Amino acid sequence: MSLISVESVSFGYGRSQSVLHEASFKLRAGVNVGLVGESGSGKSTMLRLLLGLARPESGVIRYGEDVLDPRDRGFMRRYRRAVQAVFQDPYSSLDPRQKVEDIVAEPLRALRIPGPHRPVIEAALADVGLPADAISRYPHEFSGGQRQRIAIARAIVARPQFILADEAVSALDLSTRIRIVDLLKDLSKTMTILLVSHDLAVVAALCEEIIVLEKGRIVESGRTADILKQPQHPYTRKLLASVPRMPA
Amino acid sequence: MTALLEISGLTLRAGGQALVSDLSLRVEPGARVGLIGESGSGKSLTALAAVGLLPPEIRAEGSVMLDGRQVVGAREETLVELRGRAAAFVFQEPLTALDPLMKVGRQIGEPLARRYRREGRSPGRREIARKVRELLERVSLPDVDRVARAYTFDISGGQRQRVAIAMALACRPRLLIADEPTTALDVTTQSEILDLLSDLVREEGMALLFISHDLPVVARVAEEVTVLRHGAVVEQGPARTVLRDPAHPYTKMLVEAAAAFDRALEPAR
Repeated sequence: MSLISVESVSFGYGRSQSVLHEASFKLRAGVNVGLVGESGSGKSTMLRLLLGLARPESGVIRYGEDVLDPRDRGFMRRYRRAVQAVFQDPYSSLDPRQKVEDIVAEPLRALRIPGPHRPVIEAALADVGLPADAISRYPHEFSGGQRQRIAIARAIVARPQFILADEAVSALDLSTRIRIVDLLKDLSKTMTILLVSHDLAVVAALCEEIIVLEKGRIVESGRTADILKQPQHPYTRKLLASVPRMPA
Repeated sequence: MTALLEISGLTLRAGGQALVSDLSLRVEPGARVGLIGESGSGKSLTALAAVGLLPPEIRAEGSVMLDGRQVVGAREETLVELRGRAAAFVFQEPLTALDPLMKVGRQIGEPLARRYRREGRSPGRREIARKVRELLERVSLPDVDRVARAYTFDISGGQRQRVAIAMALACRPRLLIADEPTTALDVTTQSEILDLLSDLVREEGMALLFISHDLPVVARVAEEVTVLRHGAVVEQGPARTVLRDPAHPYTKMLVEAAAAFDRALEPAR
């Protein structure tokens, strides 16, 4: 069942610091969601929980009917098949010693998807707009934007239902950024994206729904168009007002 | 009016490769100029060349006149004297620009003391401490006594960038060069820092050379812009004209990308 639901999730480092407080939201197939927040909002922690890299202190995350439990290997295999990630920095997220072919094949190996892998990898590279000869090259031969395409190819190669993207375009130049957002938008015809970002403009360009996080609490959530038109929470209004705009 | 910074025919080479070619750029006293470029455009190198801080492997040809002095080929003594007095720098990442082992107060106190020596004054320690507090207040830092005693890792990224700006102000430069000063910051912090920079240059009568790849950010602070691509100027002119009605295809492409994100936010307008 194509649904991830976050139910009253709290998380803290140590006793005193609460990083996430009773966060609840749903990720439904076909609806891209933007999780917007600034440093210290808890957005990266939320992503770690969603990836099964940490466990909530209280509350649960469900995938379909099952509770996300990083210790349940059977579940995690199914979950990884359905949920892949793209990270912010295309320079540190790709192993410089591996060829693009091996980098993109990683989920296929990890998920023990039977081969031959080569046609699947070629298809993924074509989907992200990389030339066919990219397959036998190394990451350092590519620009930042192209590297992010390689990272996206890796995320989509096993055809997951969800892609969790952590500031996936923030490190890129503006003109590259818009092309990668267009690519993600294109891919979201067949998969659903959760984009974690501090950048409302990028989120608005890609996501149908927005969740605003401030200091570990969801202060506002809803349809992107509604929130842009009528932000309810003062923090959302401040975020919106802070985005630099082009001269009218 | 004579320009505060006048770069003419600047070419920067590393090995046989030209990283910046035949670049010309003027900054008048009190003007706010934006240098726009994407990664690899040569915008940061150009800024470093303006104050003679180029890495040793890079050769400069052409002319860079800063406050009436030639920077290209100048001796280090000349440059040291020019830096601070004529121009001060604010970098993208305050964590690497600030000394992690030195308390904030002393980091601002040192350039301040240098400036006083330059002006032929010798204020006591207490006078310096008072001035440091004034500067910290000037950049709108809260709780200045605590910040002055703090190390850079004890304060937030936005506060660090404010400290870096206070350090630049301590030199009382005629030109402030800011290289992507808000790129590493949160949106709300970015907005505050941009307001702060605009206020400071206006109130102190400084000129500003603001370097960024982000068009809407540049639009908020600059009156004039220069667009760089692969080390060459593709377009120069008033910010409003260039950003509203770009002439060069490359500038058009940049403006279109920025406008696409702007449109995504449209219901907010």
